[in-house]
Amino acid sequence: MYLKDNFTAYKTIVIKEILRFSRIWIQTIIPPAVTMGLYFVIFGQLIGSQLNDIDNYSYMDYIVPGLIIMSIITNSYSNVVSSFYSTKFHHHIEELLISPIANFTILAGYVSGGVARGLIVGVVVTLVSLFFTRIEIHSFAVTLLIAVLTATLFSLAGLINAIFAKSFDDISIVPTFVLTPLTYLGGVFYSIEMLPEFWQNISLFNPVLYMVNGFRMGMLGVSDASLLTAIMIIIGFILMLGSICLWLLHKGIGIKK
Amino acid sequence: MNALEIKNLRKTYSNGFEALKGVNLQIKQGDFFALLGPNGAGKSTIIGISCSLINKTSGNVIIHGHDLHKKPRQAKQHLGVVPQEFNFNVFEPIEEILVNQAGYYGIERQEAFKRAEIYLKQLELWDKRREMARNLSGGMKRRLMIARALMHHPKILILDEPTAGVDIEIRRTMWAFLQKLNQTGTTIILTTHYLEEAEQLCKNIAIIDQGNIIKDCTMNNLLSELEHECLVLNLKTSLKTVPQLEAYPASLIDEKTLEVQIKKNDSLNTLFQILTKLEIEVLSMRNKSNRLEQLFLDLVKKEHHVQQQGSSTGIVNVFKR
Ligand SMILES: Nc1ncnc2c1ncn2[C@@H]1O[C@H](COP(=O)(O)OP(=O)(O)OP(=O)(O)O)[C@@H](O)[C@H]1O
Ligand SMILES: [Mg+2]
Repeated sequence: MYLKDNFTAYKTIVIKEILRFSRIWIQTIIPPAVTMGLYFVIFGQLIGSQLNDIDNYSYMDYIVPGLIIMSIITNSYSNVVSSFYSTKFHHHIEELLISPIANFTILAGYVSGGVARGLIVGVVVTLVSLFFTRIEIHSFAVTLLIAVLTATLFSLAGLINAIFAKSFDDISIVPTFVLTPLTYLGGVFYSIEMLPEFWQNISLFNPVLYMVNGFRMGMLGVSDASLLTAIMIIIGFILMLGSICLWLLHKGIGIKK
Repeated sequence: MNALEIKNLRKTYSNGFEALKGVNLQIKQGDFFALLGPNGAGKSTIIGISCSLINKTSGNVIIHGHDLHKKPRQAKQHLGVVPQEFNFNVFEPIEEILVNQAGYYGIERQEAFKRAEIYLKQLELWDKRREMARNLSGGMKRRLMIARALMHHPKILILDEPTAGVDIEIRRTMWAFLQKLNQTGTTIILTTHYLEEAEQLCKNIAIIDQGNIIKDCTMNNLLSELEHECLVLNLKTSLKTVPQLEAYPASLIDEKTLEVQIKKNDSLNTLFQILTKLEIEVLSMRNKSNRLEQLFLDLVKKEHHVQQQGSSTGIVNVFKR
C-alpha cells in the first residue's frame, strides 16, 4: 500500500513536471538548440576548420559531445531549480507538504523531471549537430549512462539551490558563477593535455571534467580520464547531494515556517 | 475517539513572536466546529501546524488517534485543508490541480479524473475545468480549494475562512454543501469572521485570542450567556425626549430612532404594551448588532483587560525587585 501510493505520487510529480516544461517549450527546449547551433557554426565550423585534430577527431567532432553534455547539465539544473523554487514561491509546495507523500518520492519526482528535460534537450542538440557532422557513437550504453547520471547529479544540485533560494536572483547566481565556469573549464572545448602541467592537475579537481570526458568516451571513445573513475566520481556526488536533499526536506529548511 | 486533539500546543516564530501559548482543543468525530478569534489571534497558526505546514515549537497534534509527529503518514491521510491564502499553481488548469493533488495521496489518475468531475460539478466549476486557475474569480478559487481538499475523501475537513470574499448566494450554497458533507460523517472545522455563519452551522466553538483559548463550549451554551440584547426601533413620529420605558433602559439616536436594552428572558410583549400606552408607534425593528458579535467583543475585551492588568503588575514587580 505504502509503496504503491508513493509510486502513484511519483508518477504524478513526473507527469506534472514534464507537462510544465512542455507547456513552455519555447523557453525550455528551443533556446539550447539555438545556442548550441551557434556554437557548432562558430567554434566547430568557422574556427574549428583552422585547428588541428584532437585525438584524431576533427575539432567539430571533438566538441559535439562536450556541448551536448553541457546542455544536459544546464537544462537539468535549471529545470529543477526554477520549478521547485516557483513551487515554493507560489506556495503550492503546500500541496505536497500536507499530503502523506514521502520526502524521497518528492525528491525522486523532481529529479526525474530534471533528467527528462536534460535528456530531451540532449537529444534535440544531438539532432542539431547532425546538420554539421555525422558522429558514429562509440558506445551507446556508456553515452546514455553518463547522460542519465550527469542529469541526475545536476537535478539534485538544482534542488538544493532552490531550497536555499530566497529570491529569483538566487536561482541564477549558482549557474552563472559556478556552473558555467566549471563547465567551460571542464574540457568542453579542449583536451586538458593542451594545458601546462600545473593547470592539468588543477583541472582534475573539477568534477565536470569527468562528466564531459565520460560522455566523450561514450560518444567518441576518447577521454582525458578513465571511465571508471568518471562513473565513481559522479555516483559519489549523487549519493552526497541526494543525502543532503533528503536531510533538507526532512528538516523542512527553506520550506516550512 | 476524537477527530482532532491538540495538546498544549506552543509556537514561537523565528522572529521571537509567541503566536500560541499552550493551546488545548478536543474536537469530536462528526463535529461541526468553529474556531473564532480576532485577526492575529493564532487561528491560522493552529491550522498550519495541524496540516504540517508550520513546525510546532512544542505540544502534540493527534489526528484520528495518530500523532502527527510520530505517524505523519496515517495522520495526514485523514485531513483535508482549505487554507486562508490561495496556494495552487495559477498556471495549471484546474482539473489538473485536482488530479495532481489526488495523485499525491496515491490515487490513480483514472479514479482522480472521476472524483474531479464529481466535485467540480458539485461546486459549479465544471465549465471552467480547462481554464488556468489564474483566470478564476476569487470565489471560484476558494471553491477550487474546497474541491482539492476533498479529492482524497478526508474524514476531517479544515477550512480557514472559506467564505471570505464569497458572494451571499454562493456563501449559502457553500453552507448547504458543508452541512451535507457533515451529515455524511465528515468532521468540519472552520474559522470565520462572520459570527452568523458560525451560529448557523456549528455545534461547538472555541474562541482564541492572543494565542490562548478563552472559550471552548457548545454553541447553545455560548448563546445562553447572552445577557441582554439591544434593539433598534424605527418610529413613526418624532420624539423630543427619551421616553420612560419602566424596566427597559432606552436612548434616542435621533428623533425617530430609539435604542432599547432588553434582558435575556424579558418578553417583547411587555415592551410593546408600554410603547403602545405611550402612543409610540414602531414601524420596524432590528438587532443593533448580531447578538453573538456583541458577546464575542465582550469576551475578547475582557481578556485584553485581564492581560493588561497582569502585565502592568508584572512591570511593578520588576521595579520592586
Ligand atoms: N511567519 C510568521 N512569522 C512571524 N510571525 C507570524 C508569522 N505568521 C504569523 N505570525 C504572527 O502570529 C500571530 C498569529 O497569526 P495567525 O495567522 O495565526 O492569525 P489568525 O488568527 O489566523 O488571524 P486572521 O484572522 O487575521 O487570519 C500574528 O500576530 C502574526 O503576526
Ligand atoms: Mg488566519
